[in-house]
Amino acid sequence: MTTQHEYVDGNRLAGPLADVFAVDITAASTSCIGCGRRSVVAQLHVYVVGEGYVARCPGCQDPVLRYARTSTGGVLDLRGTLSLQVPLPG
Amino acid sequence: MVRRLAWQAARVLETRPETATARTLVLDVPEWPGHLAGQHVDVRLTAEDGYRAMRSYSIASAPDGSRIAITVQRLPDGEVSPYLVDGVSVGDRLELRGPVGGWFVWEPSSRIPVLLVAGGSGSVPLIAMLRARIATGSTARFRLIYSARTLADVLHADELAAAPEGVGVDLVLTREESPSGRPAGRLRLDDLGRPRGPVDVYVCGPTGFVESAATMLVTLGYDEARIRTERFGGGGRP
Repeated sequence: MTTQHEYVDGNRLAGPLADVFAVDITAASTSCIGCGRRSVVAQLHVYVVGEGYVARCPGCQDPVLRYARTSTGGVLDLRGTLSLQVPLPG
Repeated sequence: MVRRLAWQAARVLETRPETATARTLVLDVPEWPGHLAGQHVDVRLTAEDGYRAMRSYSIASAPDGSRIAITVQRLPDGEVSPYLVDGVSVGDRLELRGPVGGWFVWEPSSRIPVLLVAGGSGSVPLIAMLRARIATGSTARFRLIYSARTLADVLHADELAAAPEGVGVDLVLTREESPSGRPAGRLRLDDLGRPRGPVDVYVCGPTGFVESAATMLVTLGYDEARIRTERFGGGGRP
């Protein structure tokens, strides 16, 4: 387990995830597959390595979302996410 | 039509020292679509050998056409901040994308009282909210509680000292007595006070500060659903 001071939060994902989503995904809410907790993406605990991001559930620390930018594309892994609820204008 | 967020070249219009270790850069971003207070930009630097480093910086200014300001704190072992604080000159170009982040934002149409809690350079998105309040003529009550090491570390100090009616500013200094006479020390429960009615709370600072402030706020009875936080840690924005 890493210390609590090494992560930032999901606000940091706004720019990187704009590569792959047409809407701001940090305001979306997710359900963690590990513990069921609902979190706003902006509040996930994010660990950054270069242009790779692992966003963990603030409750159980399971990975909820992973994203990496490579020289040829973006790799998004949503295996830890039960659903993403995205606020959209009516 | 979906607007894809592209990297664009911003031109440095003006630089302004804030403290011994922080500087404001005023940038012209030709395609700027406007922003909400609290949003940030990503800045990317590319070295001659192709090595790239990207960091996020909060926007410090209220919306003002194609101009935005960022206030950058130099971190001793930072890769990007030393260049932005000491290296960049007026006329230089920076690669930037934004605005990004739609959650840690204040909507000027809101009438709900606002409590801003800043740790160190976490004050930057919060000053953008104060500036947006003033620029839009909002009458929402604002209170800023700003924790810094010493008075000399307080960003935008002159502006905070001249805060208009309806805006309260309390400094919490950790290494010296505050101008109010508060003894030196970290943020405590009495600094925050209890909520009277609904309050929208924005907390921004280093991860440890944000964790501790958020815990105190919940203890004091602030509604967790109205507390929005932004943390920057080691990987955040050196």
